[in-house]
Amino acid sequence: MNLYVLLKRTFDTEEKISISGGRIQEDGAEFIINPYDEYAVEEAIQLRDEHGGEVTVITVGSDESEKQLRTALAMGADKAVLINSEEDLDEGDQYTTAKILTQYLKDKEVDLILAGNVAIDGGSGQVGPRVAEGLGIPYVTTITDIEVNGSDVSITRDVEGDSEKISTSLPLLVTCQQGLNEPRYPSLPGIMKAKKKPLEELELDDLDLEEADVASKTKTIDIFMPPEKAAGRVLEGDLSDQVKELAGLLRSEAKVI
Amino acid sequence: MSRKVIVLGETREGQLRNVSFEAIAAGKTAAQGGEVLGVLIGDSVQSLAQEMIQYGADRVLTVENEKLGHYTSDGFAQALLAVIEQEQPDGILFGHTALGKDLSPKIAAKLGTGLISDATSISEENGDVLFTRPIYSGKAFEKIMVEDGLLFATIRPNNIEPLQKDDTRSGDVSSVSASISDLRTIIQDVVRKSTDGVDLSEAKVIIAGGRGVKSGEGFQPLKELANVLGGAVGASRGACDADYCDYSLQIGQTGKVVTPDLYIACGISGAIQHLAGMSNSKVIVAINKDPEAEIFKVADYGIVGDLFEVVPMLTEEFKKVKAGSL
Ligand SMILES: Cc1cc2nc3c(=O)[nH]c(=O)nc-3n(C[C@H](O)[C@H](O)[C@H](O)COP(=O)(O)OP(=O)(O)OC[C@H]3O[C@@H](n4cnc5c(N)ncnc54)[C@H](O)[C@@H]3O)c2cc1C
Ligand SMILES: Cc1cc2nc3c(=O)[nH]c(=O)nc-3n(C[C@H](O)[C@H](O)[C@H](O)COP(=O)(O)OP(=O)(O)OC[C@H]3O[C@@H](n4cnc5c(N)ncnc54)[C@H](O)[C@@H]3O)c2cc1C
Repeated sequence: MNLYVLLKRTFDTEEKISISGGRIQEDGAEFIINPYDEYAVEEAIQLRDEHGGEVTVITVGSDESEKQLRTALAMGADKAVLINSEEDLDEGDQYTTAKILTQYLKDKEVDLILAGNVAIDGGSGQVGPRVAEGLGIPYVTTITDIEVNGSDVSITRDVEGDSEKISTSLPLLVTCQQGLNEPRYPSLPGIMKAKKKPLEELELDDLDLEEADVASKTKTIDIFMPPEKAAGRVLEGDLSDQVKELAGLLRSEAKVI
Repeated sequence: MSRKVIVLGETREGQLRNVSFEAIAAGKTAAQGGEVLGVLIGDSVQSLAQEMIQYGADRVLTVENEKLGHYTSDGFAQALLAVIEQEQPDGILFGHTALGKDLSPKIAAKLGTGLISDATSISEENGDVLFTRPIYSGKAFEKIMVEDGLLFATIRPNNIEPLQKDDTRSGDVSSVSASISDLRTIIQDVVRKSTDGVDLSEAKVIIAGGRGVKSGEGFQPLKELANVLGGAVGASRGACDADYCDYSLQIGQTGKVVTPDLYIACGISGAIQHLAGMSNSKVIVAINKDPEAEIFKVADYGIVGDLFEVVPMLTEEFKKVKAGSL
């Protein structure tokens, strides 16, 4: 099977966030593989081990994304592709990213593409389905189970807590939801091996794309922190008094009861 | 500039979801005096058209086909594209629901347009339509607009006020025919886990339990409090993983995103993935025995204590308050 994983390097949202000059401050912050993409890497490795074939992880990003690609290789992926857009583009949105990924995948022999259901920083959940549509292949989002049998695929997907059983076929794109698997940690030998695995670096030019082909369709005007909440009040005193006070506050001050 | 804006009406158990009415209200802002066009897709949806009009749609188009009884991206995309082809809208709005999240990027890619996902507010400034949406798991927000071309967005449930229902409103309802063919994903079965009728993403009051409830029975006091307040019960991932409740109750990044008027977190530590699903709630109450728990940082009111003591006391207190207010 030819398995491709769409992997995004993301800001670890467990980190503190600050804004300066209208941008999220990234200096010194921790970056990780988007957690939902870790499920995608893990599932791809398991499917390869079961059915044979090759796992290629692809990122649209900058030099810095190499670290996350190497981690995926250390987990067990076979090849990595870094589409480095840093030199060519200042701005980009989901349209941009999906267009670049689609262009790269267009002439590949693809059986299954795995993406995350959502990136924890940008948070749109658009890129997977956009790429599938661009390639003219079906997709299934938020999957929690997948079985491949020849070209037949059975999937369980999470739909707001209900589960849908779906049958479809390859070629296919899926987006991964928590519950699909437990991603492995890279092993020490895995990390050593990853250093020698192929990592191809491409620029827009190599994909025959011009800046204008991928120009953003949306424009961010401002980035801001949530309105500062008045410091929460931790009640004090006798428990029964606290309960009375809380009921009173919810009624008269917060007016939600 | 006045615009023609399409709003997709979404159903749940045969009823229109609230988020569809909220999207109509957003559609009014986007349309700037233009037309808001409701669209209903399904096997039998005609009867819901009037309600969309009562909530502010000027006209409703239905696409009915037996193959559309259950949502599939291929089927609904074909139906919607037939409507888009006929109407040539300037804007499209969906709810940011499982369906909206699944379908909107496909339509955007097909049309080659931008898409603003998960908007929590919409406004108009000098003719531009601006959306606000949470980023970085809700730790920040961005204000964003479409550069040019189709105005396409999905709306997070429970954030935009729907218009007052007006039973006297009337409008044209007509059908669009679409050939629905070649569905590449087939739904074999749907296992419903959501127990009762309360749609968590639309509930006004949510009592949520975490690992601190310690067992399935531990949810009982939370259910009683929810009953008194007319709310729904939700849960953290921790409680779901420990099998105290079903995953359909999960709130957070992986689960449902909720914005109730009142969120009472009981025995939930307040991990960022949980906060991503509830930190926009209007009022947050935390009940936790650990005074250092992160949840207190987002809470408006907190009680440090054992939930098994505090929750039943609260239930009793609210019973009294409610009785007194009659
Ligand atoms: C040239 C360029 C400049 C950009 N500049 C900015 C900027 O200034 N500010 C800003 O906030 N964002 C910027 N972005 C990022 C962009 O706005 C989105 O974050 C990105 O397109 C993904 O959208 P999302 O975060 O909503 O991901 P989602 O659509 O939620 O991601 C879902 C899944 O799609 C896949 N995916 C997403 N992104 C990538 C990727 N890059 N590579 C491979 N797979 C991916 C992953 O599997 C992921 O789990 C830029 C992007 C590009 C290409
Ligand atoms: C990719 C990813 C996605 C995730 N998505 C989600 C998600 O959607 N939703 C989600 O919730 N989590 C999610 N998580 C998990 C999240 O990181 C936390 O592990 C989880 O939220 C913890 O649940 P909890 O607060 O119930 O449990 P804990 O962190 O164990 O907290 C239990 C709390 O209960 C308190 N407590 C114990 N007993 C009592 C008592 N008797 N009275 C009062 N308080 C008591 C304790 O002090 C403690 O604060 C995700 C994680 C990852 C990696």
